Amino acid sequence: MAKTILTIDDSKAIRDMVGLTLRGAGYRVIEAANGAEGITQLQAETVALVIVDLNMPVMNGIDFIRNARRDPKGIGVPIVMLTTETKAELKAEGKAAGATGWLNKPFDADMLLAVTKKLAG
Amino acid sequence: MVDLSPAVTAYVQESRDILEGLEEALLDLEKRPDPETVDAVFRSLHTLKGGGAMFGFRLMAGFIHHFEDAFDRVRSGDLAISPKLINVVLKARDQMMAMLDCGGDGPETAALVTSAPLVALLTELDAALDNGVPLTPLVAATRLWHISFRPAATALQNGMRPDRLIEELVALGQAVVTINAEDVPPLDSFDPSVSYLAWQVALTTAQPRSALEAVFIFADDADLDIHEVEGEASGSPQPDQREDKPTETAAAPPQKHDTAGDSVRVSSAKLDEILDQLGELVIAQARLRQISNSIDEPALEGLVEEVERLVTGLRDATLSVRMLPIEMVFGKFRRVVRDLSAELGKEIELETQGGDTEIDKNVLDRLSEPLVHMIRNSIDHGIELPQERSASGKPAKGRLRLSARQEAGEILISIEDDGKGLDAEAIRKKAVDRGLISTEDEISTAELHKLIFAPGFSTAATVSSVSGRGVGMDAVLTTVSALRGSVDVKSYPGQGTRVTLRLPLTLAIIDGLLVRVGAASYVIPLASVEECVEFDSIEHGRESGRTMLQIREHLVPFIDLIDAFDDLPGHEQRRRVVIVKAEGVRVGLVVDDILGQNQTVIKSLGPYHGGLEGFAGATILGNGSVALIADVGLLARRAWAAQEHLRNAA
Repeated sequence: MAKTILTIDDSKAIRDMVGLTLRGAGYRVIEAANGAEGITQLQAETVALVIVDLNMPVMNGIDFIRNARRDPKGIGVPIVMLTTETKAELKAEGKAAGATGWLNKPFDADMLLAVTKKLAG
Repeated sequence: MVDLSPAVTAYVQESRDILEGLEEALLDLEKRPDPETVDAVFRSLHTLKGGGAMFGFRLMAGFIHHFEDAFDRVRSGDLAISPKLINVVLKARDQMMAMLDCGGDGPETAALVTSAPLVALLTELDAALDNGVPLTPLVAATRLWHISFRPAATALQNGMRPDRLIEELVALGQAVVTINAEDVPPLDSFDPSVSYLAWQVALTTAQPRSALEAVFIFADDADLDIHEVEGEASGSPQPDQREDKPTETAAAPPQKHDTAGDSVRVSSAKLDEILDQLGELVIAQARLRQISNSIDEPALEGLVEEVERLVTGLRDATLSVRMLPIEMVFGKFRRVVRDLSAELGKEIELETQGGDTEIDKNVLDRLSEPLVHMIRNSIDHGIELPQERSASGKPAKGRLRLSARQEAGEILISIEDDGKGLDAEAIRKKAVDRGLISTEDEISTAELHKLIFAPGFSTAATVSSVSGRGVGMDAVLTTVSALRGSVDVKSYPGQGTRVTLRLPLTLAIIDGLLVRVGAASYVIPLASVEECVEFDSIEHGRESGRTMLQIREHLVPFIDLIDAFDDLPGHEQRRRVVIVKAEGVRVGLVVDDILGQNQTVIKSLGPYHGGLEGFAGATILGNGSVALIADVGLLARRAWAAQEHLRNAA
């Protein structure tokens, strides 16, 4: 069965880009528009990898990571945060919250696939 | 300069550094192609391109793309390194520098990208790519690495799969993996979500270190050590060694790049500002000392001493921040030497020594141009063509040596070649032609050599594109003098030439010896002071015309600063002589009194007093008065010139 990847981003463009790329590589992709929706999805599904943006309304990415790590369904799930080179301190914060890895924006399909394969297998 | 946002400025700054590194790497590659350097070149290009697209340098990114592509092919063994390829990428690098200067996409960059030289470069690249089909495929030597990896305890909870990372690592080559399970607790206290294991891997691979590090990219909170085992290259891993090796691994010194992360980039304008403020602080502290001396209050005295100590410490720390290894400019010269020798058909090996010698940033910045002039001169005029060299029994390959060292408050930088040396007769002829000397002048060879620094002087029969316009060497002297330094040249026919620059360690604050001459105070840089002696204890007499002092077994010429500075003679019975050493000679400076040591903040004299000879600047003393700083080098020259004059007259 195809592995499920959860993409959480308030930008539909990014979700579409992630979806398009990963579906093309044979993954199943589900989406959420903010951290709170993301938690709901995480609890409902068996997720192989989460790709989460940091800057979002309702519940931001850092809070999502913290909540996910407290949830039995979230422990041990690889979480990749989308970061920018200029915000190094945010990356450290995300890492401390329990993120597994990061992907610097802007990223292209190759980079996304490489990280997905590395963390989700 | 185009106005840029801070992020773009940071990108431009960083890209410049990357381009500097790229040049180095390319030159290394030319000498010795190894996969690690290929990888470094590729990464530099990749980073430049990626950032370019993000920070509004899309045109530049597009240009870089072609070269990144080429190196990607080299990396994958699809394309061989050829001199042609290196050449074209070096030229492209210079263009990238130019594009950075344009400050981003715009008409300027667009014009550059579509300019003839750039289009030609791409054609040249194409040619290099076609020719470069595996001539000598890069055979990467396999190397043995030891990797020890202990994930953070939270790694599993945070979604990391250490076992997968190890699998990824093993896929890079041949590996022997040992798992250290010592820390796994008994079953009743075992927490399945905690990571207890550690891995030791002995990996034989042709992959560069960066590929190994990439495996662990997200494991930045793990205990990770990757180190190469020297002298065991190209062998298969030896399982019997794995018992003891891991402990060695654990004790391995931290990697170099760890320390790089501790540094901060600061604009030099900010440093200058700190230094300015520090200068004012030093002056204020001197005033405080002066007031405290006049009040005679023990409590204040203690405090003043404390402040003095702190200020000195702060001064040294601040100055040390501004010190940079001279290697930073030496690096640039590799390219100069390479390009020039290729252009002139000469074979030259550049040797550098003492690159870690540190020098004030301001001095360093202004030094690079004069040094390039001198290197060009050495290559153009000094070092002969290979056949000429062979004919005169020298190795065909010329040698150019750049060295730097510190000596008593001064930095000595020399440029030495093993070429044909300066032609004293040609210099004499040219100097007569130019009216610098007359035919009757009796001039020593050493003095003739110094004439190459005279304005408008050039001995090359034909003006080449390289040097020989005669603007080089006098510009060198001007710059060096402006830095309060001096130039010395030694040349032996057929053997070579050595030009030595002497420069002060720092431009801003020095330790000085405060002296009184007539009614005024002067500062003599302490670094040049050798000793102080009493004047009246020595047999002397201005009336008798004697101008030499006997200091133990040596005769030292002296100058009375009352005469030199045109001051009114005082009535001191017991005057003193400060023996200084400058430009390699000793000379005595006669003063009325020695007032003591002084931290001297050098203020330049400004254009109004610029013509004033004999002074290197001024400083403000504790009592608010101004003292001039003696230009010891000039005084020394004057004393010896007078001496020579007397000798010639006799």
